Order: sequence, then structure tokens, then C-alpha cells
Amino acid sequence: MKFGVIRFPGTCDDVDAQLAAARVGEAELLWHGDRDLKGVDAVVVPGGFSYGDYLRAGAIARFAPVMESVIEFANDGGLVLGICNGFQILCEAGLLPGALLDNESLKFVFRQVQMDVVDRNTPFTRNCPPTLSIPVKHMSGRYYSPEPVQVVLRYAAGHNPNGSQDDIAGVVNIAGNVFGLMPHPEHAVDPLTGSEDGLTIFESIRAAVDERVRVA
Amino acid sequence: MRARVLIRPKAGILDPQGQAVERALPALGFSGVSAVHVGRLVELDVDDATQLPSMCERLLANPLVEDYEIIENA
Repeated sequence: MKFGVIRFPGTCDDVDAQLAAARVGEAELLWHGDRDLKGVDAVVVPGGFSYGDYLRAGAIARFAPVMESVIEFANDGGLVLGICNGFQILCEAGLLPGALLDNESLKFVFRQVQMDVVDRNTPFTRNCPPTLSIPVKHMSGRYYSPEPVQVVLRYAAGHNPNGSQDDIAGVVNIAGNVFGLMPHPEHAVDPLTGSEDGLTIFESIRAAVDERVRVA
Repeated sequence: MRARVLIRPKAGILDPQGQAVERALPALGFSGVSAVHVGRLVELDVDDATQLPSMCERLLANPLVEDYEIIENA
């Protein structure tokens, strides 16, 4: 299977996301100005500071030409993973509910966090263990939604780094094919970095895509 | 036409920037300050002011978490 990793001006985690995805499949970078998704089976919207995060994180990136194709891809059931700034972009684009506000502390947080996988029946978490240890690094990660949402990941007790509502770290859309999370699974795929837990998210996507191909 | 758009965090949503400013003022000797909120100001020249609400809804503000106020002929 092939992952497509989007690169906006200001994205900085695209190469790590590509390397992580390449451990379980093929992975190709997609440029923000192109509409062609090059036949990928899953899209990763990675972290960084797309378009300088001007106005609000993700507010400008959602209008990039590539996002028109990503929205179409998601509406057709394609798997889309948004990490950190990617999560913010997917919320701004309306593919995920809610919004990400400035951290309660007003400080940039950069630390390893423990999370509970509260829903392991999604295409993104089917191969995950019950808990994950993955780093966060963000300024605006305080999740907020006035409506109930489908929570997939929660920060473990005492690990909420940003004041997120109900300790929410990651959510899926109603259809279950779009997933956003603030922690960075692509930075936790090698024992050298202290945890390989992030790889289980990429492995889950691989398994879900393989199953779809078998069924089709 | 010159227009000005004021964008504020919605009431009831935690505003840590406003709280930080509110805590800082007494430290400088200013007393009796409360309910401080920090938002954004966007100024723009616009030919068709009827487009302003749509601009706010789609880009300038995030209506889920922010209120906006349009001041025409600013």
C-alpha cells in the first residue's frame, strides 16, 4: 500500500512521517499546490507550522489545492491521519469536529505522554496496545468541542499536557475514516527514540487498507 | 471601504491569554481590573462590504470558538 504525506510551506514533520510510513508500506510526499493524490491508499497530514500558522493554526492550509482532493478522498471513505498541525488543519477543514485552542499553560509543551487507547476498533488503532507512550510538541493542542465526539485516545491521568477537554488526545469523524491526534506517532517508531508505540498506528492503517483490498 | 473586524474568544471558553493579562496588571500596580479577554483585530479595505460576514465565517474567525464583530467605515 502507499501512503501520501502532504507538505505545506512550513510543514516540518513530513520527512519523519514519510520515514515512519515507509516502515510499513510505500510513502510519497504530496505538494500542497498539487491536486493529484497520486493514487495513494491513505493520506497523512503531518505536523509543523503550515503557512506560518498565520491567523489560526491550520486556517490557511485548509484552502490549499491539495486539501480539495483530500476532502474528496475522505468523503469517499479514504483513510486520513492528521498529526498535530495536521489535526488542526482537519478540524479547520471540517473533516473533524471541534477546534484546537492555545494550551491552558500558554507554554509550548514538549514531552513524552502516556495515553489510553479508548477505541481500538478504528482503522487507526486496531493494532495498538491498550496504552501508548508518544511525544507531544505543540502550542495549541487544547481540544474543544461543544458537541459529543468519538474519542479514540485520551491522555492518561496526570498526563494531559494542554488542558484538553476530557483529556482528549485524538478523535475520529462519524464515518471513522478520518483521525486526528496531537501526539506524534511518527516520532515514536524506533527504540532509539525511547518508544516504538507510534508505529502501531501506521501498522493499523496498513492492516485496514490490506483488508479493504482483500474484501474488494 | 475600510472595515475592521474584531474577533473574540466565545464567552465560556477558557481564555488563558486574557487570564495572564489580568494577572499581570495587578503586578504593575493596576487594581480593579477583571474580565480581561484577548482577541484579534483585522483591518481591511473591501469593495463589497456585504461579503464581510462570509469572510468572517469562512476564514477570519472560527465560529465554533470565536465571535466576530464587523465595523464598517472604520
